[in-house]
Amino acid sequence: MENGKMKPAAKVTSIGYTIRTNMRQYAMLIALIVIMIFFQIATDGVLLVPMNVTNLILQNSYVLILAIGMTLCILTGGNIDLSVGSVAAFTAAIVGTLVINKKMDVTLALTIGLLIGAVIGSWQGFWIAYVRIPPFIATLAGMLIFRGLTNTILKGLTLSPFPRSFQKISSGYIPDIFPNLTNLNMTPIVIAAVSSLLLLYVQIRNRKRKFENSREIMPRSLFVAQLIIVILAINLFALALAAHKGLPIILVILGVLIFVYHFFTTKTVPGRYIYALGGNEKAAILSGIDTKKVLFFVYLNMSVLSAIAGIAFAARTNSAFPLMGNGFEMDAIAACFIGGASSTGGIGTVIGAIIGALVMGVLNNGMSIMGIGSDWQMTIKGFVLLMAVAFDVYSKTKSK
Amino acid sequence: MQTILEMKNITKNFGGVKALNNVNFKVTAGEIHALVGENGAGKSTLMNILSGVLPYGTYSGDIFYKGKHCVFRSIRDSEKNGIVIIHQELALVPYLSIGENIFLGNERAKRGVIDWEKTYSEATKILRMVGLHDNPHMLIKDLGVGKQQLVEIAKALAKDVQLLILDEPTAALNEEDADNLLRLLLELKKNGITSILISHKLHEVIKVADSITILRDGATIETLQVEHGGINEDRIIKGMVGRELVDRFPKRQPRIGDVYFEVKNWNVYDPLIEGRKVIKDVSLKVHKGEIVGISGLMGSGRTEFAMSIFGKAYGRNISGQVFKDGRELQLDTVQQAINNGLAYVTEDRKTAGLIGIEDIKHNISLSSLNKISKRGIIDDDLENAAATTYREKLNIKSSSIFQKVQNLSGGNQQKVVLAKWIFAAPDVLILDEPTRGIDVGAKYEIYNIINQLAEEGKAIIFISSELPEILGICDRIYVMNEGRIVGELMKEEASQESIMKCIMQSNRGRY
Repeated sequence: MENGKMKPAAKVTSIGYTIRTNMRQYAMLIALIVIMIFFQIATDGVLLVPMNVTNLILQNSYVLILAIGMTLCILTGGNIDLSVGSVAAFTAAIVGTLVINKKMDVTLALTIGLLIGAVIGSWQGFWIAYVRIPPFIATLAGMLIFRGLTNTILKGLTLSPFPRSFQKISSGYIPDIFPNLTNLNMTPIVIAAVSSLLLLYVQIRNRKRKFENSREIMPRSLFVAQLIIVILAINLFALALAAHKGLPIILVILGVLIFVYHFFTTKTVPGRYIYALGGNEKAAILSGIDTKKVLFFVYLNMSVLSAIAGIAFAARTNSAFPLMGNGFEMDAIAACFIGGASSTGGIGTVIGAIIGALVMGVLNNGMSIMGIGSDWQMTIKGFVLLMAVAFDVYSKTKSK
Repeated sequence: MQTILEMKNITKNFGGVKALNNVNFKVTAGEIHALVGENGAGKSTLMNILSGVLPYGTYSGDIFYKGKHCVFRSIRDSEKNGIVIIHQELALVPYLSIGENIFLGNERAKRGVIDWEKTYSEATKILRMVGLHDNPHMLIKDLGVGKQQLVEIAKALAKDVQLLILDEPTAALNEEDADNLLRLLLELKKNGITSILISHKLHEVIKVADSITILRDGATIETLQVEHGGINEDRIIKGMVGRELVDRFPKRQPRIGDVYFEVKNWNVYDPLIEGRKVIKDVSLKVHKGEIVGISGLMGSGRTEFAMSIFGKAYGRNISGQVFKDGRELQLDTVQQAINNGLAYVTEDRKTAGLIGIEDIKHNISLSSLNKISKRGIIDDDLENAAATTYREKLNIKSSSIFQKVQNLSGGNQQKVVLAKWIFAAPDVLILDEPTRGIDVGAKYEIYNIINQLAEEGKAIIFISSELPEILGICDRIYVMNEGRIVGELMKEEASQESIMKCIMQSNRGRY
């Protein structure tokens, strides 16, 4: 090779090419924005009033948490976890009993709640990974078992109310760091400003590095446009929060979870193992990956996240009741598939699932404001799921 | 001689890529016409057009069958005309019986109700024609690949086939079954059935074909008439690659060191069938810098042996010892095997070697993630650098390291698998059929890579069903049969005959 030593020049792709190759990623984001604009108009601007923006987050926090875990399950090979709703209810029932009936310290009860999630996860992970019971069946069993146990613990009754400190998980706000500066709550504004700068720095650094390593980079105009839109969205969102009551505690928890799991799935070795397992199990095994351990961990993780979702939901509704969490699994699964996860595994992202969950959340919220009955809401959500996946399948066959 | 089929000026584009460019293809009635060419030359595409898999309108050009202009919009259209294609991946339903499969989609039925009496009596008749004497009630899953291939042909016969297209019919067969199949083709020819045979195995092509059409890069190069004489493998290869391959196996001056890798008294039992021993008391050794071949028919236990060594990835109740550099190894998991410097390149890259939906970079790094990560966090730059290095070093033809491996050709996929294991920096490499289903040019490149590895002092075990390849590459050859080592030959004394003799003698010894 005569130019073997020379580095090939970095390639700046055309706008059309960039959009085409990232269509799937952009498509759902654009769909989310379109849906938001639609409801903003249809509800005469109610959708995006500060109070409703905060509400959107609070209402959907449990789906977002579950969707993160469900993404990992689906990644391992299109496996789903049907037990998440029951596990959430079971955890809430136990924590509720401890806190309300036994007057236990809230922090201790929460720790026990998470431990219960881990124990249930080990139980399900054991059957799925080591006994090789298909996840669909093992978690269907779990769905029945833990729903039954929830009823037993609650004796069919509703537990309420939780102490104030417990409710705060889902209805509390981070205190204003500059309380007397303006009549807005400054915490979200400051955090948004800091994260905007951080984002700007990381994005520009990454682009530079890609350029130096002669990788494909998108055209500058698109890069700048993308940055502006994202930063604008973050800051407007923060402004809306600031105008209401500030930064909800649950949003901080969500933010941390999303960041950690996004990092975990994209940057770490175990994260890569999950994709490998779903992409081709045999090849993963022959590459020295302990696929059983991976599968075990994924289901353990799912139950821990279910426990968190259960606690968050109980804190929000200020109660633990026998039917709570019914249908959670379907919301989470739908969110993942709307967000671009493949039903055969190996493809999907945490961010995608979050967008998928937000699509569902905005639909729910928007239709509720418009006064559409829950019967129609369900029908419409079903169609959205179908259309999203159909679009996915269509764009894949077209790209072949 | 009457022309039964003529394909004129066929052009087909996939996206922006021209798969076929003005291809002309003419088949005489009652002949066996071989279609050869490297992978990606367009053989399968041409046949998919002929059989209606790629419907009329998606390509340009004309097809004339028995003098009539054809418009095939689906497989059903072509089958109505007696054109049947048998794909490389068999299309049989494992849990249905032979009889049910033969008439699948073509049921013997009256007003939608299947006449089982007729189904099975006709099935028996057709099976006899293809030389299969099994009960038609048997399930397909209980048949070997060779017999399944015969059932496919029976299925074609049930559709009154006149032009039979076989895509790599012997790729998965052992020599005996392959011979059987070729004999059947000659038999069918006597009955007036015309066949088009796609095959990489040129000796088979020469054995049965009347004419040979060579495709290269989507264009027809030439059609050779076997009866005119002068046709041998080298002549065909010349047409396929467009130049003369002086030597199909690159030369290498072996520098063989001390015994490095040794297996002693290796025994393995079948993981599913209780008490069935698959590997019986196998012992072998490999020196540093040596390429040792394991030859044997399909099902002789070569793959099972290799996989059982590689961290017990196959089998149970495994006993025996493995030594490397005089030290006994503990190999209970694949991870341990890798950590001890072993690598196993599987015989089936698609189902067990690669993650098709992932890109080149992720595939190459998969078994060496510890090298490019710190405390479990992957360093993107290191990963990209490694992938780029191997992509260049092994000449993996691709748009970038971010291309998905499922979109690569077979030869380049195999190079990715090799890259993955070379990156793992093993001392002992077990290569299981590393050149299966890839074209002559890519094979040559892979031989070069293997030679290079031996040169670096690695111990290499080379498993292959192709005798010429084993003879061309290996310094020493073990012959395996029925789970035993039945012969050991030095390069100088090894020949196709001597290897077959070892197998035959061991077979005789059993009775």
